[in-house]
Amino acid sequence: MATLALARALNLGLRRALESDPRVVIMGEDVGKLGGVFRVTDGLQRDFGEDRVMDTPLAESGIVGTAIGMALRGLRPICEIQFDGFVFPAYDQIVNQLAKLHYRSRGTLTVPLVIRIPFGGGIGAVEHHSESPEALFAHIPGLKVVACGNAADAYTMIQQAVACDDPVIFFEPKRRYWERAEVDTDAPLDQAFPLTAARVVREGRDVTLLAYGPSVKLALDAAAAAAEEGREIEVIDVRSLSPLDFHTISSSVSRTGRCVVVHEAPVFLGFGAELAARITESCFYRLEAPVLRVGGFSIPYPPSRLEEHYLPDVDKILDAVDRTFSY
Amino acid sequence: MTVDSLHHTVAPADAGPADPALVQLLTPEGQRREHPNFPLLLDDAAIRDLYRDLVLLRRFDTEATALQRQGELGIWAQVLGQEAAQIGSARALRPTDMAFPTYREHGVAWCRGVPPEKILELFRGINFGGWNPLEFRLAPYTIVIGAHTLHAVGYAMALQREPHNDDAVIVYFGDGAASEGDVNEAFVFAASYNAPVVFFLQNNQWAISVPESRQSRIPLYQRAKGFGFPGVRVDGNDVLACLAVTDAALQHVRSGQGPFLIEAFTYRMGAHTTSDDPTRYRLADELEKWKLRDPIERVKAYLSRSGLADAEFFASVDVEAEALADRIRSACVSMPDPDPLAMFDHVYADGSPMLDAERRSYAEYLASFGEA
Ligand SMILES: Cc1ncc(C[n+]2csc(CCOP(=O)(O)OP(=O)(O)O)c2C)c(N)n1
Repeated sequence: MATLALARALNLGLRRALESDPRVVIMGEDVGKLGGVFRVTDGLQRDFGEDRVMDTPLAESGIVGTAIGMALRGLRPICEIQFDGFVFPAYDQIVNQLAKLHYRSRGTLTVPLVIRIPFGGGIGAVEHHSESPEALFAHIPGLKVVACGNAADAYTMIQQAVACDDPVIFFEPKRRYWERAEVDTDAPLDQAFPLTAARVVREGRDVTLLAYGPSVKLALDAAAAAAEEGREIEVIDVRSLSPLDFHTISSSVSRTGRCVVVHEAPVFLGFGAELAARITESCFYRLEAPVLRVGGFSIPYPPSRLEEHYLPDVDKILDAVDRTFSY
Repeated sequence: MTVDSLHHTVAPADAGPADPALVQLLTPEGQRREHPNFPLLLDDAAIRDLYRDLVLLRRFDTEATALQRQGELGIWAQVLGQEAAQIGSARALRPTDMAFPTYREHGVAWCRGVPPEKILELFRGINFGGWNPLEFRLAPYTIVIGAHTLHAVGYAMALQREPHNDDAVIVYFGDGAASEGDVNEAFVFAASYNAPVVFFLQNNQWAISVPESRQSRIPLYQRAKGFGFPGVRVDGNDVLACLAVTDAALQHVRSGQGPFLIEAFTYRMGAHTTSDDPTRYRLADELEKWKLRDPIERVKAYLSRSGLADAEFFASVDVEAEALADRIRSACVSMPDPDPLAMFDHVYADGSPMLDAERRSYAEYLASFGEA
């Protein structure tokens, strides 16, 4: 057991991946000497060399496109995209190529490639550094899309993503990079909680809160605050947006009868829309209230001095929880 | 294949300022040089004005860095070291020309007449750039690397259709940006349509921690040849050369001869931004070497040695610089936070009922706290 910041847990997870499989390579902008702008790859080039940890030219389509080729020849590349807003030059490679190669080749080809993307806001950044584009990837069949919410998950999920034979879009909650948690670095990976499973992170019987990435902590904080007022909130860390572990979600909502989804991305056509629709379809007779969503407005991510108004927070979550009791 | 074979192909891209192809009109020691293709057509007063621009820009940059350190700005992208490249090139523009900047072009903004406070608004997180791009003929700062090079080409293609208009476009980008697909597509389009655009590449040697050698095996200006238009490397720390070369490039594009690439060979003397720590990836020696080629010192040396300016002039510029620093500091610290409901404005040109409803409901939500 060790107490680690989330970024450090990722760093150790990546180190493990490099150690345990010589086919693993890391590539991206500034991942080498600098160790990435968030230091997630700190020290890895020093210890594994420039062939395993590669600073690339500044071109995201190039990074993902060449990584696909490397994967086709047996390597297992981990691409770092420096910030959420900069993945789009690579979007064509991801959507048209990466997601479809296995299908197009009728299963002959696999593309075991991980694309790490720090996502979400709350760090006072300039434009394009606070985006939540997860739905744009979860919408694409053939991609696995996961988000870690704490250091322990970060450590295992990144290794599981690397071991996975499908392409994985790996979202990292950048505002939580510095948050610390207990991590069991000795636990064997093959016995770890599955990559694509959702996890109940707090039990409760009155209402189910669904969150992932940076919003999990908010959901837990909201649940703690609600508990003081005698309301028991169950919190589920969705963890895997695609494939979705809907069973864990529907069993919870069937019990509680109320559900609130939280994410930073715009509510309109956000991931919460899919969750709400599915829950309505499968739990309709158990619901006491419509599924409510807390998330971004239908506007571009605003300038940082306004981001606290845009982002979900404990008050907004509790407000939505209250509303589910007013039906 | 050996491990070495993966890397030996990345050769040092150039011999640096010793390169005979480098256009220089003022040496680091402040000696004037002539160049057959790039004459300098400036009177003494104009050179003094350039010196003033350089000093004021540096003072602005220093103050902004300090404001960031004190928590008044979220981040700051320093221009330190690149003042001559920006002032020289932007002073060659006419008011009706259009400029497309990255996030570091504070010197270009200065020359376009954008009040420095407006730039601070962006880095303070109040808006995405407080100036009117059409008034100042300076597009919004672009943070997504390379994207705006295509906009510049398209703007130039539109200008081409306007009879009797020989306005030109200039677009700024870095050595790192030169690797992006968008930049290379911009080169292709500009060449294909013979667009009146000057590509102004500031090669400051670094893309955050990645050296130029990772981006290019040949000096970057030579890439233009492959795309079918001229490319010139200029001493980016020489404001006179930057001005003369940009002037010639603008004449070239105005006269219908198509695009032109300028590589200003310079150095990012500061960190990439205030969030960056360059000691992790580059040696202090390198900075010391470039300090000897400082863009301001050489102009000062030239002006004083040739008797074009006296101590009184230099002192008056310094006084003006301090006044500027005071002005932008007090403007910055007294900037009010924007109205939260303003974030719903300007998403669409003709509005959206859905968004209006969101705004109303958020206004009610905020009001509910007031009543509590
Ligand atoms: C498409 C995109 N990818 C990555 C980034 C992150 N980033 C910001 S600046 C930078 C380096 C830019 O280097 P260069 O083009 O040489 O310009 P300089 O900052 O040195 O002026 C990077 C990688 C970005 N802003 N946009």
